[in-house]
Amino acid sequence: MSAFREAIAEAAGLIVRADADFLEIVALSAQVTGLAVLIACAIGFPLGALLAVGRFRGRGALSLAVSAAMGLPPVVVGLVLYMLLSRAGPLGVLGLLYTPTAMVIAQVVLVTPIIAALTRQVVEDLDAEYSETLRALRATRAQAMGTLLWEARPALVTAALAGLGRAMAEVGAVMIVGGNIDHLTRVMTTAIALETSRGELALALALGIVLLVASLAINAALMGLRQRIGEPAHG
Amino acid sequence: MIRPLITAAALALLGALPATAQSHITVQSTTSTQNSGLYEHLLPIFEEKTGIDVRVVAVGTGQALKNAGNCDGDMLITHARAAEEAFVAEGKGLARHTLMYNDFILVGPAADPASAAGDDILAALSAIAESEAPFASRADDSGTNKAELALWSEAGADPKAASGTWYLETGSGMGATLNLGTAQGAYVLTDRATWDTFANKSDFEILVEGDPKLFNQYGLIVVSPAACPATRIVEAETFAKWLLGPEGQDAIQAFAPNGKQLFFPNAAE
Amino acid sequence: MAERRVIPLSRPEPPNAEPGIAISGLHLSRSGRALLRGVSLTLGHTGITALLGPNGAGKSLLLRAIAGIIPPDAGEINLAPRLAHPALVFQKPVLLRRSARANLAHALKLAGVPRAARPARISDLLEQCDLTALAASPARSLSGGEQQRLAMARALAGDPALLLLDEPTASLDPKATAAIEAITLRAAGRGVKVILVTHDRAQAERLAGDVVFLHKGRAVEHAPAPRFFSTPASAEAQAYLEGRLIL
Repeated sequence: MSAFREAIAEAAGLIVRADADFLEIVALSAQVTGLAVLIACAIGFPLGALLAVGRFRGRGALSLAVSAAMGLPPVVVGLVLYMLLSRAGPLGVLGLLYTPTAMVIAQVVLVTPIIAALTRQVVEDLDAEYSETLRALRATRAQAMGTLLWEARPALVTAALAGLGRAMAEVGAVMIVGGNIDHLTRVMTTAIALETSRGELALALALGIVLLVASLAINAALMGLRQRIGEPAHG
Repeated sequence: MIRPLITAAALALLGALPATAQSHITVQSTTSTQNSGLYEHLLPIFEEKTGIDVRVVAVGTGQALKNAGNCDGDMLITHARAAEEAFVAEGKGLARHTLMYNDFILVGPAADPASAAGDDILAALSAIAESEAPFASRADDSGTNKAELALWSEAGADPKAASGTWYLETGSGMGATLNLGTAQGAYVLTDRATWDTFANKSDFEILVEGDPKLFNQYGLIVVSPAACPATRIVEAETFAKWLLGPEGQDAIQAFAPNGKQLFFPNAAE
Repeated sequence: MAERRVIPLSRPEPPNAEPGIAISGLHLSRSGRALLRGVSLTLGHTGITALLGPNGAGKSLLLRAIAGIIPPDAGEINLAPRLAHPALVFQKPVLLRRSARANLAHALKLAGVPRAARPARISDLLEQCDLTALAASPARSLSGGEQQRLAMARALAGDPALLLLDEPTASLDPKATAAIEAITLRAAGRGVKVILVTHDRAQAERLAGDVVFLHKGRAVEHAPAPRFFSTPASAEAQAYLEGRLIL
């Protein structure tokens, strides 16, 4: 129990002292995860809508693939990306291995299927309600997708949050493609892994507490946003 | 209202990602040097002097050699002499230099149920095998793991046959294996630097040390630009020269967290 | 009721004139059940036509087929070019989760109205449907009657020449019903052809110039409204108007 007390005190100390190294790690985590989730939304929302209302060959197979990809083990994603981005791999010339960009790519791969699958479900449900009306208004399929996505925006915030949760908690893939390099690719989760391997369990736990607090704050903010946009716009 | 907000956020996030430094090298390294904090001591001195940003990827020695073989590093700092020499022989590295040494130690519960304590590592391992006391092995092809397996074979024991009973193969790094060992009361062969800076020692003590067989040599290899054209050879050789020269060797000598020296420089011996 | 006198009732077309809507041999099945069984009809370019008939007669399905949102299994529907882009209003309107004004803006966008022309059109539509005061209100928080008025405004956004109404007042109270009927009559007064599906015989009498009586997927009778209500020709229509169950 004293280990927990020590960890909580350490976490509070980290936040209060706000030392530069710690802030750098927190900031990089926020940047990598935030950017990855934004990109995943930009891909996942339209992809999900397309799977929900599109009519094309292979839609069923693509839908199944997206659902299955939700369960991709991060380590496998990391390994495949390592093999692609390694100097010896096909994309090696880009020099992206061991950069924050590689970490963003890994998280996009992990998060997009979650967001696309949740979006598909939400849009499919809405389509049952709206399809006759939209056809009566002679909306094209693209216009219908756009309308349904906009109508679904409160639920899409939840989908984005689910993606954010996975991205923030992820360690296996970013460890492999980022390399956990100090001041360059060290994020909250890889720092926790490092401190654990140093036997600094209290410090690792403290970082975990900070991660939890950050996650709570982001969730609270987005839930607030969800409530705001859940009510139809005025004016 | 929301779209411009998202665009602004995306731009802010993109802009905030650290730009690629002008001059940097990537070092594929064993974990013990990172876990002990050695790089946090050395790198600021070197970076201050040269402006070269050194990026350390800490993995097991086996993994480090593989990554560097894929050209994903400019330099290696590892501790498995045979594998290092093979790397150079295959033309992937320029030359192997001795950099520094410390030693391996056997740690275990203070109660020492196998009566392994002493100054003879082979006798200690035999005692553990005979009493079937739990032993945690990294089993990750790291330098420490290679050394451990060589010692078992020299002791005439085949612990892998007992894998999953008293011989626990963690497949993890030194720290993770030590965490498991202290929790399970399992003996662990570790490098001294990792142990000395390890903070979760529980009731564990050093039981065997000082046996010449426990000598642990760290080597340095610059990746060959012939094998890997992307190698930043100028910067890598600058760092190698510094580490092997008097300044680097003195800096290694001076690294003594908790007042205890962890690595002993022995370049150019 | 005063307004009734100003609507042009649909009159018999000259024999060689192109019909507004020509339907021939229309068949439609849903999961193995034949719901429209050879409907043939000719309707004029203007006026209000009521589709009357008991539940399950196929009224709503016929309306959707005319709207083009359900393709028929067999048969043809020919709309005169003027009527080629019908608008449709359902019994239960599905409005977007935005303000009343934004709902209209969305419909105008889908109808291809240039952005610059939309504000004036929106004001006009709100005015027509007595929604000006509610322009900024969230559409989903409006009362049932207000929602249906907004659905009417949305249907009129594309300036259709053919307005298809599927029991638009079935869930509304008399006051809200009157408002919808007034909007319908004003549209018809401007020359918009209206086809109204209704259960409500009295509503058909109030609004329609001609009546199509559907029974079991067939158009059993098509007659000018006064004659249909005074002397229905078919046994099914007689029974329906007398309030008997027709089996």
